[in-house]
Amino acid sequence: MTLDFSTLLPYTDEILKGLMTTVWLTVVTTFVGIALAIVVAYVRDGGRGIASRLLGAYVEVTRNTPFIVQLFFLFFGLPALGVPISATVAALLAMVLNLGAYTAEILRAGIDSTARGQHEAARALGLSRLQSFRHVVLVPAFSRVYPSLISQCIIVMLGSAVVSQISVFDLTYAANFIQSRNFRGFEVYLVVTLIYLLLAVGLRLAFEFVGRRLFAFLQGGSS
Amino acid sequence: MALVAVNDLHKSFGDLEVLKGIDLEIEAGEVVSVIGRSGSGKSTFLRCLNQLEHHDWGTIHLADQRLDGGAMSPGELSQNVGMVFQSFNLFPHKTVIENVMLAPVVVKQTPRAEARQIAEQMLDKVGMLEKIDAYPAQLSGGQQQRVAIARALAMQPKVLLCDEVTSALDPELVGEVLHVLESLAAEGMTLILVTHEMKFARDVSHRVVFMHHGHIHEAGDPQTLFTQPKTPELSQFIASIL
Amino acid sequence: MTDFTLWDIVRNLLLAGRWTVVLSLIAFAGGACVGLMLTLLRMGGLWPIRWLVRLYVDLFQGTPLLMQLFLAYFGAAVLGFDISAWTAASVALTLFTSAFLCDIWRGCVEAVPSGQWQAARVLGLNYLQSMRHVILPQALRLAVPPTVGFSVQVIKGTALASVIGFVELTKAGTMLNNAAFAPFTIFALVALGYFILCYPLSRYARYLERKLYGAGSR
Ligand SMILES: Nc1ncnc2c1ncn2[C@@H]1O[C@H](COP(=O)(O)OP(=O)(O)OP(=O)(O)O)[C@@H](O)[C@H]1O
Ligand SMILES: [Mg+2]
Repeated sequence: MTLDFSTLLPYTDEILKGLMTTVWLTVVTTFVGIALAIVVAYVRDGGRGIASRLLGAYVEVTRNTPFIVQLFFLFFGLPALGVPISATVAALLAMVLNLGAYTAEILRAGIDSTARGQHEAARALGLSRLQSFRHVVLVPAFSRVYPSLISQCIIVMLGSAVVSQISVFDLTYAANFIQSRNFRGFEVYLVVTLIYLLLAVGLRLAFEFVGRRLFAFLQGGSS
Repeated sequence: MALVAVNDLHKSFGDLEVLKGIDLEIEAGEVVSVIGRSGSGKSTFLRCLNQLEHHDWGTIHLADQRLDGGAMSPGELSQNVGMVFQSFNLFPHKTVIENVMLAPVVVKQTPRAEARQIAEQMLDKVGMLEKIDAYPAQLSGGQQQRVAIARALAMQPKVLLCDEVTSALDPELVGEVLHVLESLAAEGMTLILVTHEMKFARDVSHRVVFMHHGHIHEAGDPQTLFTQPKTPELSQFIASIL
Repeated sequence: MTDFTLWDIVRNLLLAGRWTVVLSLIAFAGGACVGLMLTLLRMGGLWPIRWLVRLYVDLFQGTPLLMQLFLAYFGAAVLGFDISAWTAASVALTLFTSAFLCDIWRGCVEAVPSGQWQAARVLGLNYLQSMRHVILPQALRLAVPPTVGFSVQVIKGTALASVIGFVELTKAGTMLNNAAFAPFTIFALVALGYFILCYPLSRYARYLERKLYGAGSR
């Protein structure tokens, strides 16, 4: 058994290219997915209307099927229905829908735990349901579920490795590409796995940094 | 004509009839304390006045305008009737000034600069001007409650409802909040207070209303009511809290 | 190329679906055994052992399952074994599952009030006895809902075994699609297959959770 990492060196460009793709997919997904989740959580919080039920079905279907199947369904299925879609768009769409569904459910737990007094104070001040959601409910709800939210974004980032299967040139695609050239599968995947690990750590640190600023109100004590 | 006119107000929760026909008129500038046993319907009555609770029967008028039954939008309501809660209910993620400015800006569409000016004025009134950028978690209970009062006042309501606003406070912090209410009363603000502070009810209010089993059992000026209760229920109640 | 009827597709998917179920069961059973050992080590062992278990959990939680599968597959080759996709998938999914279950269960053990440990110690029970008679029975109650919930992740995780060539539901779907080219129908059916396996478990996990913590929220 011998390991030889030197055969990887000629491929740093591919790895960098893949890394960039994985990073931007993750960043865009995080923002758009959370925005989607907020909308879904708001509508579902509103009651049992038709929109609420449809979004409920979306959340359940997404949470109870594998990401790779969702990806294949969008990438292969939509063109068959006459909706052309590129691999990158399919990947992004699948990631956003995935994160949106999980985050909507996470957020719902935070919204449900809003104290009754907060709703009453908002109502007594004359805020409408949307105003109350936006100005009173949302930020504290986020702060309560923030740790789960971080984990979910990391899960989606790690899960994005699968987009290599529809030929999106992400980090895993780079690994597959290199492996097919230098036949050093184990070394390549080990290095790329470590890069994913660093990405996960980096993402967590970034989230925690943002969280400390966003939720400054949680730091009690006298001013 | 009275500022607030409540007529034959009924409210049930399921089978439990909590308000069994309340009639009450309150003049502008009047301070009315509502007292009574736990469960007698005091909070429910107050919450009907700003429609946090929808009553089943009866009417509420404010300055000759119908207030209940959807006659006023939530936005209009909040500019007529303000409310302060036992548990403060400040918004934890907003600073003191943001808490006070929120409703004027969002509901009333007041320009920010003007809203800030009003907010500062109200915070000054409750003595919280120097804590303007603090978050609620950084304040004592008494300070939070004073901010909550300023927040309600910023909508410039005609009546302020206070439901046991000192009950959640440590004893040493009760005074500062009562002091604020006293100065509001002196300024001519119309106040309806549910309170267990009998000394305050006696010294500051113009009228005391004793609620019992969903009725106004006895009402009158504080001196007479406390010293010469007409009904055995009120005597008992007074005896029980002394 | 032959024409495929809907029934042909469904029948082939059902046949392959059996392997999704088998692989899920193996991964879950194996993962539970390894996970239990890890949990015990994590809770009681010497600090280097605890630290190692933590590292193990962080590694599996911080890297893509797909990479874990590739590494198992190619790692065995480096070690001189020529293993099948089947074995590689079983090993990788078992380790993946064990790491997550260890993390879930550690949380449950830690959620048992420390007074219970002290009470057990005062009665003269040693670490293993306290664990076995006092802590675990209480932790178990807390552990059931999230464990059932995680089984859904295991089932969905088996879909990735398709990438290293193991023929289960997803792989059968792509193969059928190559032959029949009806991607919309086929992947909808594949998704439906997973949904049928996962949704009842999700519901059951939610029901158990609600039962455990009272009917708090919707
Ligand atoms: N939302 C509700 N649903 C059902 N019952 C309620 C509700 N709100 C109040 N009640 C009941 O109505 C009765 C009157 O309650 P209310 O809060 O008005 O009493 P109170 O006089 O304010 O008492 P306290 O001094 O304890 O605050 C009580 O029996 C209470 O349990
Ligand atoms: Mg009350």
